[in-house]
Amino acid sequence: MLASFNDPFETLFALQRALDARTASGWMERGTAAIGSFPPINIFQKNNDFVAVVELPGINKNDLEIEAKENTIRIRGRKTIAYGEQASVHRRERVSGVFDRTLSVPIRIEPGGIKAEYRDGVLALFIPRAEADKPRSIKVN
Amino acid sequence: MAEELQVQQKREVEKKAETTTPGRVFVPVTDIFETPEALTVVLEMPGVDRNSIEASVENDVVTIEGRIDSTKYEGMRPVYTEYNVGHYARSFEISDKVDRSKISAEMKDGVVTIVLPKAEQSKPRKIQVS
Repeated sequence: MLASFNDPFETLFALQRALDARTASGWMERGTAAIGSFPPINIFQKNNDFVAVVELPGINKNDLEIEAKENTIRIRGRKTIAYGEQASVHRRERVSGVFDRTLSVPIRIEPGGIKAEYRDGVLALFIPRAEADKPRSIKVN
Repeated sequence: MAEELQVQQKREVEKKAETTTPGRVFVPVTDIFETPEALTVVLEMPGVDRNSIEASVENDVVTIEGRIDSTKYEGMRPVYTEYNVGHYARSFEISDKVDRSKISAEMKDGVVTIVLPKAEQSKPRKIQVS
């Protein structure tokens, strides 16, 4: 669980610790996904639904394609970097090229309800859990 | 199939002094290229918006800092993670070839582009071989 979010100076630190604690967690163990595929993905639970946050700086929205069905999400696209014709490169650390990543999540998703938002180089996928898959509380008589 | 893209592990900034706030700061992945007119520095800072960037020039050093907004993660419980998030910072030394009064910066889709125009006298000249 995330620690207290009340202190603004503690917020980031608490978030970093929480992210560290779930690094390559067993949540996707039974799936086929492997760590190290591009782009890097973090998955969060928000109430009963899920949010996948993907770092993809400098992408043209039209070069991004997202498909979803049952329990898999596919993210593919192309990242291009142009230096211009007359440029001579001093330092090259950024990577460019094509990517195609499929993610199988251990939940049933509502494919029609997925929303994608790309802002400040971060892609956020809002993944609603299928109604039948949501946990139900059971009343004890 | 074209060559597959590889994930780059984020590198942490090596601190010269202790910071007053807790948390890690990362080194943004950077390209630097030169044209006859200018030197261009391109830094990737995913999650940083235009208003959270600070660029400064002091004693021949250009420093670029970007801050992320961690309150966006409120109410979100991580279940599986592959990367960490944090503020970004990086500095570069520039030579006196750069016209400091004309430095400009631009931010788009988490990528900062800093253009350092060359001073008139340091633009390249073709040398005739006789």
